[in-house]
Amino acid sequence: MGRLNVNGQERVLEDVDAATPLLWVLRDYFGLVGTKFGCGGGYCGACTVHLNGKPIRSCATPFSSVDGQSITTIEGLAAIDGALHPLQEAWVAHDVPQCGYCQAGQLMSAAALLARIPSPSDTDIDTAMSGNLCRCGTYSRIRAAIHDAAEAMQADGGEV
Amino acid sequence: MKALERLARDPNIRAAIHDAEADSNAVWQKLNRRTFLKLTGLAGGGLTLAACISSGPAAVTDEQPGDFAPNAFISIAPDGSVLIYSKSPEIGQGIKTSAPMIVAEELDADWADVRVEQASINPDVYGRQSAGGSRSIASAWDQLREAGATARAMLVNAAAESWGVAVDECTTAASFVMHEPTGRRLSYGELAGQAAKLRVPDKSTLTFKSRDDYGLIGKRISGVDNEKIVTGKPLFGIDQTLPGMLYASYSKCPATGGRVRDANLDEIRALPGIRDAFVLEGNDIVSELMPGVAIVGDSTWATQSARARLRIDWDESDASTDSWSDLAEQAAALSNKQGATVMREFGNVDEAFTNAEQMLDAFYSYPFVSHAPLEPQNCTAWYHDGDMEIWAPTQRPDRAKDNVANVLGISKDRVTLYQLRVGGGFGRRLMNDYTCEAAAIARKVGAPVKLQWTREDDMAHDFYRPGGFHALQASLDSNGKLSAWQDHFITFTHDGNKPVPSGEIRDGEVPEGLIDNYKLSQSLLPLGTPTGPWRAPRSNAIAFAVQSFMHELSNAAGRDHVEFLLELMGEPRWLDPGNARVLNTGRAAAVIKLAAEMAGWGQQLPAGRGLGLAFYFSHAGHFAEIADVSVDSDRKITVHRVVVAGDVGPIINMSGAENQCQGAVIDGLSTMLGLEVTMENGRVQESNFHQYPLMRMRNSPTVDVQFIQSDFAPTGLGEPALPPLAPAICNAIYNATGHRVRTLPLSKEGYSV
Repeated sequence: MGRLNVNGQERVLEDVDAATPLLWVLRDYFGLVGTKFGCGGGYCGACTVHLNGKPIRSCATPFSSVDGQSITTIEGLAAIDGALHPLQEAWVAHDVPQCGYCQAGQLMSAAALLARIPSPSDTDIDTAMSGNLCRCGTYSRIRAAIHDAAEAMQADGGEV
Repeated sequence: MKALERLARDPNIRAAIHDAEADSNAVWQKLNRRTFLKLTGLAGGGLTLAACISSGPAAVTDEQPGDFAPNAFISIAPDGSVLIYSKSPEIGQGIKTSAPMIVAEELDADWADVRVEQASINPDVYGRQSAGGSRSIASAWDQLREAGATARAMLVNAAAESWGVAVDECTTAASFVMHEPTGRRLSYGELAGQAAKLRVPDKSTLTFKSRDDYGLIGKRISGVDNEKIVTGKPLFGIDQTLPGMLYASYSKCPATGGRVRDANLDEIRALPGIRDAFVLEGNDIVSELMPGVAIVGDSTWATQSARARLRIDWDESDASTDSWSDLAEQAAALSNKQGATVMREFGNVDEAFTNAEQMLDAFYSYPFVSHAPLEPQNCTAWYHDGDMEIWAPTQRPDRAKDNVANVLGISKDRVTLYQLRVGGGFGRRLMNDYTCEAAAIARKVGAPVKLQWTREDDMAHDFYRPGGFHALQASLDSNGKLSAWQDHFITFTHDGNKPVPSGEIRDGEVPEGLIDNYKLSQSLLPLGTPTGPWRAPRSNAIAFAVQSFMHELSNAAGRDHVEFLLELMGEPRWLDPGNARVLNTGRAAAVIKLAAEMAGWGQQLPAGRGLGLAFYFSHAGHFAEIADVSVDSDRKITVHRVVVAGDVGPIINMSGAENQCQGAVIDGLSTMLGLEVTMENGRVQESNFHQYPLMRMRNSPTVDVQFIQSDFAPTGLGEPALPPLAPAICNAIYNATGHRVRTLPLSKEGYSV
């Protein structure tokens, strides 16, 4: 049996293989399909979620290794009242997505970056985001959207 | 050899390219107006349709006389909401936003009132419903405008009738009809019920906006699914779930065409979370169902972890034995020979060569590459009561129904397909092999099943962009003008006669038509690896060879490359007037000049830095690109900026259009830098992204895009911005270093980023 706190909600898992990657627990058992499968090897970042606020690759993380800890997925990035995170707003304003498949992982990596560095430079962004592949090549828009969101959050007092 | 024969008779691969590239709007045109309006629900009962539409995948409803059939383009509810159906698969090209914009423009709807849903798959109603060949806009432009203008005319007629005024005194804007002389206005929602009772205006009476009147077309509109995407809502094929759904994996022979001799099925069936494991023989069609072992279980992980224990003894007597290194050696050996077949010849190349001031020759080559869409292939299928329901991320949904019907031996009308958002297409999902696999597994299981490929499955079982080889020769006359061009193209064949799909040079491929003395010959090497269309098929590779060699020629002539290319284009003329798929030299010259202006062509740059220009015409788009590249002494390159100048006629969604061009540059750069698929013993050697290094953010350059919005009818943007990128980069490397790249990927020549 395992326990996880996912997006603020306590979840219990029974009779699940302890080696099951967190990705498939989220998708197949909890129905949280926003987190995406891209490679299964931690190369592409489509499966990025937060573990206690830090970005991890859920496809390469057995859920048993994070038992009892707090996970945030793309479904939990917006506020509880549904207000979008400034990054989500910036993503829409910049019309970042093409196919859109990688964007949940991009957003989770970006959110972890802004939590750590509120006003990131281009280099900070490149470093934090280069674990996330975008097959459609939306990188310049992602970069611009992160800068915009950072500014919006600073203007709001740095709290989301 | 069986592996080659199998691919030679594959009924889907070549057809996929044909479908993608043909103007297959015939069904639409054949429908008479009455039938169209009945099917689209614009006739008979009214426009008030929205109430009966669910928010799930668009349902196919039974059409009854007098009912509305809410499955075409427009439905307006009494509350004023405007539902527009998007008929084409959304694969990242932005059609789900841009096509409804065209409808909304002619309807004169306020975009804020518009909601977009994916249409049901019904070519009898919609005509072409595939995503390929950059055709979605061009082939539907008139159809979408007509749908919008028809509805608008009926709303105007309804308002005029209720006010007792003349129709031509009424105007529309932002979902309202206005009568300016009296200041009255009615919303589209208020008019919907009445408009529905009116006679449908004849097509000949419809009025269309002129470009100057566009209020929506040309604006920057954020994608209609963006909110769902950024909040992680279910949207993609992989997100589909059904009550009681099981999960499946499918293991095929890594060498295409291998059959299952034996497998440890009993051991697999005994593993935890596994419901069943079985062999499917398939129908021996690579684009449908090949032999393999299905594992069905309670979760994706159960099937994937069981697969690690699966042992299959493959019979490879009919499988591919391809070796890329052998093929490349054979091609190199042919490089100084004449092509086996002369494909096209104009003028007198030999005479021009004899009279040449200078002769140049060069041998260019490029590898096989994979599509690698980020969403691995998947499909959900449910067979019940003799009907097959399919939820698929596909570029070619109607053909998927044909394929599934063929594999299962059932009638196509028992197959229903729900189109889901596609996590990247690039041409891969014009083939529906994964759909057929899901269907075959689901029928055997008798429960809803989601088939999930792994990344490794995706890399191993693609329809690859074929590699190719060009032994080029050309001559310059005493004025430094290109006088003759010869290409001995070494490509691949399944049947010994024709090149493999996407491995041919078609009529009119640049520079044919621009040079008086032109000769194309071809030699064919046998291939057992499946190939298919990859973003800007053929052109994506040929442009590298042709436009790099063009730069070799202008250098040899001691001439400026812009000037050399403009001379090649010559007088402005359309090589086949009226045919959008054929080069227009005036449009070509204009984008070359624009790119030069954007890039500051002619500026002095420090040592080790250069600008490189390339032009290409493909998929009805004229594109010139200039790359600004530095190269250090270790051949580490930095791409500072790429400028893109394009002409595809009027731009529908400026944001989406720029995004496509920026993406095409990144895709082109990513591919040329380090991507290569190699085969040994019939097996693709690269298995995941550590061996197939797609470009990451830290290496992605700034890309500036400008369009010449000419008055030609609009054409698509998914593909044509890609081909010029590779030669632009290689020409910049040459200008920076004096080194000419003739083999891709760049990593093979020692370059890195």
